[in-house]
Amino acid sequence: MSTKGKVTGIIANLVTIEVDGPVAQNEICHIDLKGIKLMAEVIKISGKNAYVQVFESTRGLYVGCTAEFTGHMLEVTLGPGMLSKNYDGLQSDLDAMDGVFLKRGDYTQALDQSKKWGFTPLAKVGDTVSAAAWLGTVKEGWIDHRIMVPFRLEGNYTVKSIVGAGDYTVTETVAVLADANGNEHNVSMSMKWPVKVEVKGYKNKPRPFKIMETGIRTIDTFNPIAEGGTGFIPGPFGCGKTVLQHAISKNAEADLIIVVACGERANEVVEIFTEFPALDDPRTGRKLIERTIIICNTSNMPVAAREASVYTGMTIAEYYRMMGLKVLLLADSTSRWAQALREMSNRMEELPGPDAFPMDLPAVVANFYSRAGFVYLNNGETGSITFIGTVSPAGGNLKEPVTESTKKAARCFFALSQNRADSKRYPAVDPIDSYSKYLEYDEVIEYLGKVIEPEWVNKVLTLKDILLRGTEARGQINILGDDSVPLDYHILYNKAEVIDFVILQQDAFDKTDCSTPLDRQQHVVNTVLDICNAKFVFDGFEEIGIYFKRLINHLRQMNYQTFKSDKFNELERQLKDLLAERVSETQAQAAQAS
Amino acid sequence: MKTKAFQKIYTHIENVTKATCTVHAEGVANEEMAIVDGRPAQVVKIAGDRVTLQIFPGTQGIATNAEVVFLGKPPTIKVSDELKGRFFNAYGDPIDGGPEIEGKEIEIGGPSVNPVRRKQPSELIATGIAGIDLNNTLVTGQKIPFFADPDQPYNAVMADVALRAKADLIILGGMGMSNDDYLYYKTLFDNAGALDRITAFINTTDNPPVERLLVPDMCLTTAEYFAVEKNMKVLVLLTDMTLFADALSIVSNRMDQIPSKDSMPGSLYSDLASRYEKASQFPDGGSITIVAVTTLSGGDITHAIPDNTGYITEGQLYLRRDTDVSKVIIDPFRSLSRLKQLVIGKKTRKDHPQVMNCAIRLFADAAGAKTKLENGFDLTDYDRRTLDFAKEYSRELLAIDINIEIDTMLDTAWTLFGKYFTQDEVGIKKDLMDEYWKASA
Repeated sequence: MSTKGKVTGIIANLVTIEVDGPVAQNEICHIDLKGIKLMAEVIKISGKNAYVQVFESTRGLYVGCTAEFTGHMLEVTLGPGMLSKNYDGLQSDLDAMDGVFLKRGDYTQALDQSKKWGFTPLAKVGDTVSAAAWLGTVKEGWIDHRIMVPFRLEGNYTVKSIVGAGDYTVTETVAVLADANGNEHNVSMSMKWPVKVEVKGYKNKPRPFKIMETGIRTIDTFNPIAEGGTGFIPGPFGCGKTVLQHAISKNAEADLIIVVACGERANEVVEIFTEFPALDDPRTGRKLIERTIIICNTSNMPVAAREASVYTGMTIAEYYRMMGLKVLLLADSTSRWAQALREMSNRMEELPGPDAFPMDLPAVVANFYSRAGFVYLNNGETGSITFIGTVSPAGGNLKEPVTESTKKAARCFFALSQNRADSKRYPAVDPIDSYSKYLEYDEVIEYLGKVIEPEWVNKVLTLKDILLRGTEARGQINILGDDSVPLDYHILYNKAEVIDFVILQQDAFDKTDCSTPLDRQQHVVNTVLDICNAKFVFDGFEEIGIYFKRLINHLRQMNYQTFKSDKFNELERQLKDLLAERVSETQAQAAQAS
Repeated sequence: MKTKAFQKIYTHIENVTKATCTVHAEGVANEEMAIVDGRPAQVVKIAGDRVTLQIFPGTQGIATNAEVVFLGKPPTIKVSDELKGRFFNAYGDPIDGGPEIEGKEIEIGGPSVNPVRRKQPSELIATGIAGIDLNNTLVTGQKIPFFADPDQPYNAVMADVALRAKADLIILGGMGMSNDDYLYYKTLFDNAGALDRITAFINTTDNPPVERLLVPDMCLTTAEYFAVEKNMKVLVLLTDMTLFADALSIVSNRMDQIPSKDSMPGSLYSDLASRYEKASQFPDGGSITIVAVTTLSGGDITHAIPDNTGYITEGQLYLRRDTDVSKVIIDPFRSLSRLKQLVIGKKTRKDHPQVMNCAIRLFADAAGAKTKLENGFDLTDYDRRTLDFAKEYSRELLAIDINIEIDTMLDTAWTLFGKYFTQDEVGIKKDLMDEYWKASA
C-alpha cells in the first residue's frame, strides 16, 4: 500500500505533508487539490513531516489536502518517439496539451502510446544479456533506435523469447527475459528511469580524445571541445550567449542535439520551434528539427520544474548514448537552475553559502557535469554526451558562485566579453581568457595531429601568443601614441587583428561563413600563420593600418566564398599579389618554408 | 472590497509584525485574499492552523482583536469592455470617480502561455522615433525596458511611444508614481483624445509601497483578457519596475528571508520573469507588448534589478543627453532590441540593416575622433567629417523629438552619408549603394 499524507503547511511552493507511512528522499507525490493532481518532490524529511517542493503553483492549496506518494523518484519515460518533441521540464509533451495556457496538473504522455514502430530483433532466444544490451532496433526518423534491456535490471538474464520483425506500440511486450532464478521479466520498447541517477551499464569511460566539430573557428581551432567533453559559456546579457549556443546546435557534428531551455526567454524557444523545421542539417541534408529534442522550462514556468529540466535532458541524453550515438546537450542557462536551488534552500531556512546560494552548489554542479562523457559500450560500440552550459553571471561578474563552481567542473571555458560584444566582434568569445583543457591532453594532441596535421596544436599556440603580444602592443601604442613606438609594434598589433577578424570573428547569419569544416579551418589557419610569420616592410605607421585593412577585408571576402570555388581560388591568387606588395620575396619564401 | 454574509470571521490575532499578522484559522487557501480590520491582505504562509497574512497597507494600529475576514478567493479583477478609459488603484477599484466595473471575474497572475502555442513575433511597432524605429526596432509581443536615471525624460518618451504605437489598447501600470506624473499621463492621454483606449492601474507615492506588487499582475491579466479573448494588440507600460522590485525586497525582508545580491530576494529573477514573460504574440493575432521603465542608480547596470531585468527582457533602451546638440538621444551603442532582426529588412526597406549598422559605425568613429581631440592628438580630415556627421545624425535621427516614417529615416541617413563620406568609407553592399546612394548636391 502506498504512503498517504495530509498537507499541514504551505510557504510558496514548499509544502509540509504529514505522512502515514514510509517516505524516501526525492520521492514523488501527488497532492490532490479539488481533483487537480499537483506533482511534488520530497526534499527533506523530519519525523512524520515530509517537506516537498511542488512543481506547480500552490495557489488555493489548503491544510488538509490529501497527498499520495508514488514510491519512486522523478522519472522520465524512455523509448522511441522522443525525437523532435517539445517537452516541459517534467517531460510532458507540450504539443499534446490543449489550450493556449498551461494548466496545473496537466501532465501529458511523453511517448505516443498508440503509434506502432517497426521492430527488428537483434538478440536471439538463449542469448545472455544485461542492462542496456541491445535487444532490437526501430527506425526513429533517421536514427537506429536500439531497444535495450531495461537499465534497472541488475545482473545477467537469458532471452526467453523475442518477437519477430513487425510493428508494435511502445507498451507491447517485445521480449521476455529470465533471471538466474528463472523469474520472467517482460520487456517493452519503453522504460522508466529516475533522472537524478546516472545511467551506467557501459563498459568504461576513458578520457575524451576526439574533437567534437562545431564549425565555429574560435572553438574548434582555438579552444576545441572534445567529443564527450564539457564546456561552459559565461557572459553578461547582450553578449550573444544564446546566438552562440544556437550556432553550435545548428552546426555541431552530433547525431542528436538536446536543447534544455532552462529558465530563459520563451521567445528564444519559439525561434527554435519556428526555424529548425526549415533549416537543413549541413551534414545529413535533413531538417535540423529531425535531430533535435527540446526540453523547455522557460522563466515563467514553475521554478521547481526548472531544476528537474536539466536532469530530464541529461537522462534522455544518456539513454541515446547507450545506443552508440553522439549526443550534444546544451543547457541555457545553468544559472537559472542554480537560482531555483537557491529559492528552495532559502525556504527551507538552510544556512546560506556565498550570495545566498546553497553550500553544496559546487558539488551539485560538479556531479551534473560528470555525467557527460565518452563511453565504450559493452558491445564495443562508442557513444558520447558532450555538454555545454551557459552561465548568466550576476552583474557580469565572473567571480560569482555559479561561474566559480562551473569553472571547477567544466573543462572548456568560453568567456564572452562585453568589450568584444560592444565592438561587434562576434562571436564575442574572448581569445585570451578562454581556455580548453583538452588542448593539454596528450590523446587530443595526438588525435589532432592525425586528423588535421602534425604540429597542429603548436600552430594554434603560436597564434595565441601573437594575439597576446598584439594586445600588449596595442596597449603600448595607446599609451605612447602612434608615432612614439617602433613600427614593429604596429605590425604586431595588426597581425593580431588579422587573426581576430579572419579566424575568431565569424558571421553566424551568413550561410557560408556560419560553419567552417575542419579542413577549411586548417587552410585559413595556415594562411593567417604565413602572414604572421612574414616580414613586412613599411615606411610609416599610417600605411600599415591602411594596408592591413585591405588585407583583412580581402581575407574576409574569402571567408564568405564557398571553399575552393572559382571565386575563392581567384581571391587566393589575388592574395599572393597583395602580400607581394609588402613582403620581400626571400622573406616570403622563408615564411613559407617555416 | 466589502465583506459579505457567511464569511468566516476571526478575531484572535496572535502575532503582528510591520507587514504581517498571524491568526488561527481553518480551511484557508494559499494566496487567498482577506480583510484585516478593513485592510486588504493576502495569505502568504500556512502552518497548521496558523495563517500568516501580508497586509498591503501595513499594520499600523492593528489590534489583536481586529476582525479578520477571509474572502475565499485569490486576488481577482472583473474584466469587460468597461475597463477602457478608466483609472484604478492597485486593487482594481476606480479612482476616477466612475462606477464599479461589471464583468467576468478572473484571477490575476494566472498561468503561463504554453511556449509551443506562441507565435514568433513579426509585426513592427512604428513609433516615429528614429532612435527606436531605425536602430532598435520594436516588435509586437516584445518586452523591453528603458534603463534610465531618474532625471531623464523617460515618462515623456514612453507616452510618445504609447500614443504613436497604433495599439488597440494601452494599459498603464504606475508603481510608486508621483501624483504629478500620474496627472501628466492623464492630461496627455486626454488631450490626445486617446482616453477611450487607455486603462490605468496606478499606485502613487501616496499609497503604501507593498500595494505596488499587485499592479503588474492587474495590468497583465487585463491585457491577457483583451489580447486572447478580443484578439487585440495590447501595449502595457510599466513604470517604474525598480520600485516594484523594491517592494519585493521589503516583503521578503519582513518575511525573514535571506537576501541575495543588493538586498534583493533570491527569487527576484523569477518574480520579474513571471511578469515580463506575459508579453507574447498569440496564435489568433492578439499580442501583449511590454514597454517598461527600470530606473538606475547613477547608471549602474550591474545592480541586481537592471541586471536581472536585462537577462529577462528582449533588449533595453538607454537615454542620454548629447551635449554637442543639446538634445536627449536614444543611445545607439548600448541600446538593443533583440527582436529587430525579425522585421528589419523584411517588413522595412531592404537597405535598413546595412544603413543602421553603417550609421552606428560612423557614429562610433566620431566618438573615437572625439577622444583623440580630447587627448590632444591631431585630427585627420576623415575624423573631422565624422564629427560633423555625428552632430547631424544625432540631431536629425537620434533625438527623441523626431517623428518621421521609417523610409524617411533611411533617406535621411543616405543623405548624410552622401554629404560627408565617399562610397568606400560607407562600405555598404554595392547593389544597395547603386540604388540608394545620394551624392552631395
